[in-house]
This record gives sequence, structure tokens and C-alpha cells, in this order.
Amino acid sequence: MIEVKGLNKSFNGQHVLFDINHVFEEGKVNLIIGQSGQGKSVLAKCMVGLYEAEQGEVLFDGRNFSSMDREGRSLIRQEIGMLFQGAALFDSMSVEENVMFPLRMFTNMTRGEMQARVDFCLDRVNLAGRNKLFPAECSGGMQKRIGIARAISMNPRYLFCDEPNSGLDPKTSIVIDGLIKDITAEFNTTTVVITHDMNSVIEIGENIIFIHQGKKWWQGNSESIITTDNPEIGSFVYASEFMKEIRSLLQKKRP
Amino acid sequence: MKSLAQLGKYMLMLTVVFKKPNKWKYYFQRTINEIELIGVNSLPIVALMSTFMGGVIALQTASNMESPLLPDYTVGYITQSSTILEFSPTIISLILAGKVGSNVASEIGTMRVTEQIDALEIMGINSLNYLVLPKITAAVLFFPVLIVFSMALSLLGGWFSLLISDLTTTEIYVLGIRSFFDPYHITYALTKTFIFGFLIVSIASFYGYYVKGGSLDVGKASTQAVVTSSIAILISNFVLTQLMLLP
Repeated sequence: MIEVKGLNKSFNGQHVLFDINHVFEEGKVNLIIGQSGQGKSVLAKCMVGLYEAEQGEVLFDGRNFSSMDREGRSLIRQEIGMLFQGAALFDSMSVEENVMFPLRMFTNMTRGEMQARVDFCLDRVNLAGRNKLFPAECSGGMQKRIGIARAISMNPRYLFCDEPNSGLDPKTSIVIDGLIKDITAEFNTTTVVITHDMNSVIEIGENIIFIHQGKKWWQGNSESIITTDNPEIGSFVYASEFMKEIRSLLQKKRP
Repeated sequence: MKSLAQLGKYMLMLTVVFKKPNKWKYYFQRTINEIELIGVNSLPIVALMSTFMGGVIALQTASNMESPLLPDYTVGYITQSSTILEFSPTIISLILAGKVGSNVASEIGTMRVTEQIDALEIMGINSLNYLVLPKITAAVLFFPVLIVFSMALSLLGGWFSLLISDLTTTEIYVLGIRSFFDPYHITYALTKTFIFGFLIVSIASFYGYYVKGGSLDVGKASTQAVVTSSIAILISNFVLTQLMLLP
């Protein structure tokens, strides 16, 4: 469980996040959604310490991350896996070396044990046998899956995914969403996904917060987001003509 | 004011760079890789520059020696002292600032804009220590080797150019090289190289690490790294000469 309390963040005097309070639940896929530029990525980066918040606290299972020094944070971060928007794989390393990297840096596993773990993680994301490829030789979807494999290699308690479906076709997006959902259930991780992909919202959103103008505007799940009357949520969810059509159908079905 | 703030940020960066590595084994492995990348791969350019510059120094000195009062071995002596005192440690370091500095800044800058540095931090790795310390170690260890190599080739270049121009003999040239040789000058040259190596890599890493934006900004950071490290070399050269050569 990750608890965010009274988080405020500004850049050069411009306030970006206002008093964010939320609990990201364990064993669930928690989504942070919102339009571009509303502060959702900033919120996630404040949570993992890539940005320093001016005010507020982030607690990882009761451990106050915000007040920790570099060494303390380093220990918590070893329990965090993160999938970046562009996958952020190390160009100079092969797929296998990328996934093995955290194991080499933080464990005392033998080469054989590390190899077994890498093979398991790659198999888990349906990339078995692709060990020797380099990131430049992989498609966008494959890079995202390698990113997930690297993120889960250390058995993380917390998994962050920054726009995991950006730049992917709908079919591959569904595969990535499915992986995130399955891994969350399998390893009981506290998963935080930043997205504005409506398909992901409907498919995997168990605990959703909507960030608007830097504030936590709304909270719910994949069912309540469809039926809410909140106008800002409405303009986000039903932005396309297709979704507007669906809304009118839903409204006709309502008693 | 901005320059002072940058200097402060650079100093703070160094305090994070010089921490105990996560795993010594991988630190040594990375250092060996960096020695190859920024040291061994610089050998061809250093060899080319040194040989021709040594030749030019010798020829220019010979062409300006018209007084019969000057002994013949003066050409060798001037080639030796120019090479050891200034050409090899300073000019070659300026060349390395261009080659190695831009390479380091663009490598680290690209890692920054593609979120690879964020990925390292999220894993709990001190990214500055992991990325920069092996590069600094490699530079301060291998640049002096490069400079000694440069000195040797420069003197050989001088000898060869004089020989093919029929301006002196091998015996007179060698006598000139050995005349008034002060071993302290080697200490002075290698101390300068050690400090220049540190400045080149740490300044380039600073500009690469703190780059913001995209590929265009990485290019700008790379240029800025070369300009700043060149200026730093020139200033520190002046200060070190004052401190080490003057009584």
C-alpha cells in the first residue's frame, strides 16, 4: 500500500499539484488518469522521489519515503519496479543483461540463479528465447515487455507504469494491460499506472483517481467512471465521437 | 551569479559521485570498459597529432636558428622542452576535451533524455556514482599514459622530420633532447594531465547529466561541455604552472 498525504509540487513558482491525498491499494491496479499536462506524471515522479515535493508525505507500507535520506530511499527503491513511457532500456546491454541488471547490482545470486530468474521473467512476458537481442532490434511492444520483465525481476512490492500503452497499437496495448493485471494479482504488488488510454481504464482500473488542474478531482473504479455525472470526467471519458455514441446508448439503457 | 550557481551544483555533483560503489566488481569492470572507450580509442588521434606536431616544432625551431652562437643541439632541446612542458600535456588534453568530452556529455545526456538515468535511480542505484566515477577513474589513470605516449611520438616525429630534411643528425638531436633534461618536468606534465583528465570528464558528465529536453539539448550540452572544459584546462594550466614551475 502506498499512501500519499497532502502532496504539493510547483515548478518555478507555478503550482502543479495541490494537496493530493490518496491510498494506492495493495494487490490492485491503481490508475492515475487525466488529460495531458494536468500533473499525473508529476504525481508519480514525486511518489518515487524523482521530483521533490514541497509539502506532503509518501508512505510505502507506513515507511515515510519523503523524510528519508538517499541511502534509505535506495533501500525502498529496491522494492520498486518501474516501466517507463519509452521503456528506458539500457542501449548497450542485451535483453538478458537488461533484465539481469538489478539482480547483479543488488543480489548475491550465482550466475545460474540469475539466468533462471531472467528466463522466468522473460517467459512471463512471452519473450522466452529473445535473451540475446538488443533493445534497438526490438519493436515498441517488445521493449515495453522487456521493461516489465526488468521491473519484476527483483520481485517488487510496488510497480509503477508510466503510460505503458503510449505508441502501441490497440492489440499490443491489450497484451500489456493483461500482463500488468496478471502480474499485480500474481505477486500481490501495489501497482500504479499512469494512463490516458480509455481502454486501459475500462480493462484494468480497479482504483482510479482523476487528476484535473493539479487536484484530485475524482476517485472511483472502472464501473463508476462510466456512470459518473462529473462533467470533467465526462469530457475526458467521452472525448471521442465513438465514446459519445456509447454514452448515449448507455443513457438509453438506464431506467 | 548563474556561473556561481553552476559551480555549486558541480561541486555537489562531485560529492555524490565520490561515494562507495554498489558493487566493486562491476565498478572495476566498468572502469576497464571506460579505459578502452575513452583511453585506448583515443590512441590513433593522439599518435597522429603528436607525430606531426613534433615534426613541425622541430622544423620551425630549425628554420629560426640562424645565429652561429647557438649550438646545433638547440633544436632537440627546444623540441624536448616544448613537448614535455606544454604541447603533450596541454594541447593533447585540449584535443581530448573535444573528443572525449563531447562523447561523455552526449552519452550521459542521451541516457538522461531517454529516462535511462531515471531507471537507474528508481532501481536504487546512485546513478552519478555508477556512470561518472568509472569514467573519471579511467581518465585520470589512462590520460597520463596517453601523454607519455604522445611525448615519445612527438620527439620521434621531430627526429624524423629533421632527418628527412637533412637539418641535423641523430646524435645531435639526441644530445639536444638529453641536454638540461629535468625529470621534474615529467612530474609537472603528468600532474597537469591528471588534473586535466579529471576536469574533462567531470565537466562533460555534469553537462550531460543535468541536460533537460531532447536531442537538440544533448547537442548543445555536448558543445557547452567542450567549451567549458577547454576554458577550465587553460585556467588550471596557468595556475598549475605558477604553482609548480615558479619558485
